[in-house]
Amino acid sequence: MVTPQTLGEILEGRGVSRRAFLKYSSYLSALMALPPSMAPAMAQGLAAARRQSVIWLSFQECTGCTESITRSMSPTLESLIFDTISLDYHHTLQAASGEAAEHAREKAMADNKGKYVVVVDGSVPLKDGGLYSTIAGVSNLKMLQDTCKDALAVISVGTCAAFGGIPKANPNPTGAVGIDEIIKDKPVINIPGCPPIPEAMTGSVAYLVAFGKIPELDHLKRPKAFFGDSIHDRCYRRPYYERGEFAEGFDDDGARKGYCLYKVGCKGPVTYNACATLKWNGGVSFPIQSGHGCLGCSEPDFWDQGGFYRPLSTSMPGMGMALAGAAAVGAALGVGAALTARKHQQAYIREQAAKGDEK
Amino acid sequence: MTLLDFARGPALQAALVIFIIGALWRFIGALLLPWRLVPAQPREGSPGTVSAWLKGMAVKMWPHEPFAKHGAFQFINGYIFHVGLAIVVFLFVPHILFIQGLTGLSWPGLPNSFVTVIGVVTAASLVAALLHRLRSPVLQLISRVDDYISWLLTFLPVLTGLLATAHLGARYETMLALHILSICVFLIWFPFGKLMHAFLFAFSRGMTGVRLGQRGAEL
Repeated sequence: MVTPQTLGEILEGRGVSRRAFLKYSSYLSALMALPPSMAPAMAQGLAAARRQSVIWLSFQECTGCTESITRSMSPTLESLIFDTISLDYHHTLQAASGEAAEHAREKAMADNKGKYVVVVDGSVPLKDGGLYSTIAGVSNLKMLQDTCKDALAVISVGTCAAFGGIPKANPNPTGAVGIDEIIKDKPVINIPGCPPIPEAMTGSVAYLVAFGKIPELDHLKRPKAFFGDSIHDRCYRRPYYERGEFAEGFDDDGARKGYCLYKVGCKGPVTYNACATLKWNGGVSFPIQSGHGCLGCSEPDFWDQGGFYRPLSTSMPGMGMALAGAAAVGAALGVGAALTARKHQQAYIREQAAKGDEK
Repeated sequence: MTLLDFARGPALQAALVIFIIGALWRFIGALLLPWRLVPAQPREGSPGTVSAWLKGMAVKMWPHEPFAKHGAFQFINGYIFHVGLAIVVFLFVPHILFIQGLTGLSWPGLPNSFVTVIGVVTAASLVAALLHRLRSPVLQLISRVDDYISWLLTFLPVLTGLLATAHLGARYETMLALHILSICVFLIWFPFGKLMHAFLFAFSRGMTGVRLGQRGAEL
């Protein structure tokens, strides 16, 4: 049996210089918010690692997450696939189809038992036995459970895989759930977003390969390196918020001047993601820079937060009838209380008058 | 459902329903009572109703001369946290947006950083009011549980709002949820405790002025 080459050997064979490799490792370290001293460790870890077998499962999703990762600038998807990982199964990117594709998945699982990483995009429908989404006649639930059985770790990319996402939006007709509601016995990393930032996906995979462990996660199992700060705290429009300068609409003077978008529904204050720092398309821009408020797409149930264009501080919609009813009840109670009090007063006055007459 | 979803949704709705029912019950119930309980005719030369009402309001704005020295702190501090609360509640842009979402009414706000400073002053003033109450033998005698509950339920929204703004204590969304929940408790308590003075003070002071005026008392 031939021992698989390490990444260092593969890169050396391709003529990648040590200097270029160290530069690449430093970038990855910075991406993951690791201290500079960790860059050599990252380089050492990557150089000594074998190419990581990755099985990518796509369930109830729109392929936006794959579209996003193909636009990863550094590391590019190509460098990730050719240098760092062995992408053994991916619906959209693989050449094989049908039984050949399924065999590739099964072979990767058998060859790398206990060592392969499962990446999932899309939620899993549980309602009615999971019949709302099947692949090769197998329900998403069964395929997920079978594939994750011998996995090293699971990475849920996109909000659908992480939290159920849009398929889970009210009224959730398919009973969609996120991956970590099903897989309880393996480490799960959530990289939410609709879609996620490409570097958050590739960076997390690279970290896993380099260090053989999952990065530090927050309470929603998101890597803190990418999801540690809120959009609001890192937003370049934050000074306008502090000064009370807001866009009132998307075409008014405030919008043209680049004022804060809080009033038009920006969810930046309660959304944790790296959009404001890493940005998109190689650091070109991000939604707020393009003039639209943050939708909060990396947070659970972002679709059901009362409306994208309602300011965060407003209450959830649909209270009007309840409050009008309350006003009617309160007014009726007030009138009733006053009438009762008047009745008692009149009785008291009559009583006092009668006592006076008796005297 | 997250804590913030619960706070912005069912909790806030239930609190507003209780607040509206309770406040209208007490307010309308009080306003529809007979305005002239004393059947006696007003004394000759007594001020008119409107004049006595306004005087009754004005005279309570500052302590009477004999009490000016001892009452000055209480009055000045009272003004500080009342004006502070008014600024924080009604001139902080996210609060205006909240009110606009419920009523459709809107008005210009102040810069958030300025409101934050006012919030700190208000919180300090509220703490001073509590300390004064705890140290004053007279206030001790007339203080009831209602006074302390009303103080606490006023202070908590200010405190949680400042902590949310400063990102202290918990993650922003958690502190925002606690801030909204503290307002929910405040709203529920409001109609049934002394906080209702916010609606009734003008009427109680005005009516006191009218009654004293009709009896010929100097206002």
